Amino acid sequence: MIEFRNVTKLFPDGTIAVDDFSLVAPSRKITVLVGSSGSGKTTLLRMVNRMVEPTSGGVQIDGEDIVNERPVLLRRRIGYVMQNAGLLPHLTVADNIAAVPKLCGSSHRAARTRALELMETVGLDSHMADRYPSQLSGGQQQRVGVARGLAADPNILLMDEPFGAVDPIVRAELQQELIQLQRELDKTVIFVTHDIDEAFLLGDQVVILATGAKKLQVGSPSEIIENPADDFVAAFIGVDRGRRALRIKHTPNGPVLVDTEGRTQGTLVEDER
Amino acid sequence: MGWALDNLGLVGELTVDHLRQSAIAIMAGFVLSLPLGWIAWRYRFLRSAMLATTGLLYTVPSLALLLILPIIIGFPATSEANLIIALTLYALAIMVRAVADGLDSVDSSVRQAATAIGYGGGRRFWAVDLPLAGPAILAGLRVTAVSTISLATVGILVGVTNLGYLFTNGLQRRIVAEVLVGVVVVTLLALLIDRLIVLAGRVFMPWTRRPRGRGRNTRTAAVSAAT
Repeated sequence: MIEFRNVTKLFPDGTIAVDDFSLVAPSRKITVLVGSSGSGKTTLLRMVNRMVEPTSGGVQIDGEDIVNERPVLLRRRIGYVMQNAGLLPHLTVADNIAAVPKLCGSSHRAARTRALELMETVGLDSHMADRYPSQLSGGQQQRVGVARGLAADPNILLMDEPFGAVDPIVRAELQQELIQLQRELDKTVIFVTHDIDEAFLLGDQVVILATGAKKLQVGSPSEIIENPADDFVAAFIGVDRGRRALRIKHTPNGPVLVDTEGRTQGTLVEDER
Repeated sequence: MGWALDNLGLVGELTVDHLRQSAIAIMAGFVLSLPLGWIAWRYRFLRSAMLATTGLLYTVPSLALLLILPIIIGFPATSEANLIIALTLYALAIMVRAVADGLDSVDSSVRQAATAIGYGGGRRFWAVDLPLAGPAILAGLRVTAVSTISLATVGILVGVTNLGYLFTNGLQRRIVAEVLVGVVVVTLLALLIDRLIVLAGRVFMPWTRRPRGRGRNTRTAAVSAAT
């Protein structure tokens, strides 16, 4: 469990990135922080591994204040996956993944074995082990990034817009694989995105943020779609448009659901009682 | 050709001397430039002062430096140490800037990524910052190497024997072939050392070898500085 307790972050230039934010991210669930740029979502994420120190307030992991742990050690036990993968360009794929186990003291051989194992987990062919990141496609790099995040078998995984820079088809693939992975691995994940569809797809708990990390609504995707807290949230999640604004159209074969563009999205199936 | 063949022993001896003097200066300049370049990069307020000082060094005429140094340090002007220290100072003038620029060139997002996955400060410097600054440092080292090897010939004017001897002796005795041999051998030596540095770069920085790697664009600059 990760708990933000009244955290505030004031940057030296005077901007308040995060203003008195509190939240519990439950264990073994995916919590998605979603908001437009400037909503402080990345700042919040970086507070968890002490890349950013809150000006006031604190973060606890399983009831322990993280300020009591050395940042370097804390970071080694928290997986971190970032936009554009953040791979080290001078290390091969295997060495990138093996970097964290090695930092934690694994032998070269054990770390390499672990890296190859993880490559399989994230769907990368083992013949890519000795390539450099620049020789991979964006989607492959991102898989390596996920593998590296999992390398030290952390309980916590922080993901900062990890699929933001890949094309929509690859993104959809990676999202599905993350859902699969999470079923097997049961990590406590905090996931940052500006894409509300991604948030609803992946999140067990979705947190909608406005400027200054103001919480507009916290809940499961169903709760938020069924009962948006206010008009702003309703507009942000788009309940009144596109794929989420469906109406019933009666056809000879029974009722179907049609979106605002007039495209038929599916049929209406009555619950059998 | 005839002169060279008749004096093969002399040329060989002078080449060995020349190589020893230059190599020590190049290595010393390289090793010292790492901490100095790091300081210039890390502490912004020192940077311009340090780069200006080392840059200014380069404007001191070499002959003057070889005459002033002995007074400051206390070595005799004719000692090899005098020449080597002077060459090291010139090497630093190039290398400190190369190291600082190299560290600048490291993508800050890569640096942050390394920190985020748990590299501590010192470890990150050796495992991430320095290797990624490598191509820029290597480019500086190549310029340093060729300029040091050609500059070393000045040593003969204060009495330090090396390939420069072929220039002064050839001029005094009006043996054009001797001067030409000197030019050719110095150039070959510079090219050889340059190749060795490039090879070392390929061995230690294998990721720059790849098709999309960088670092192949410095060759012409380094070679033209040799002459």
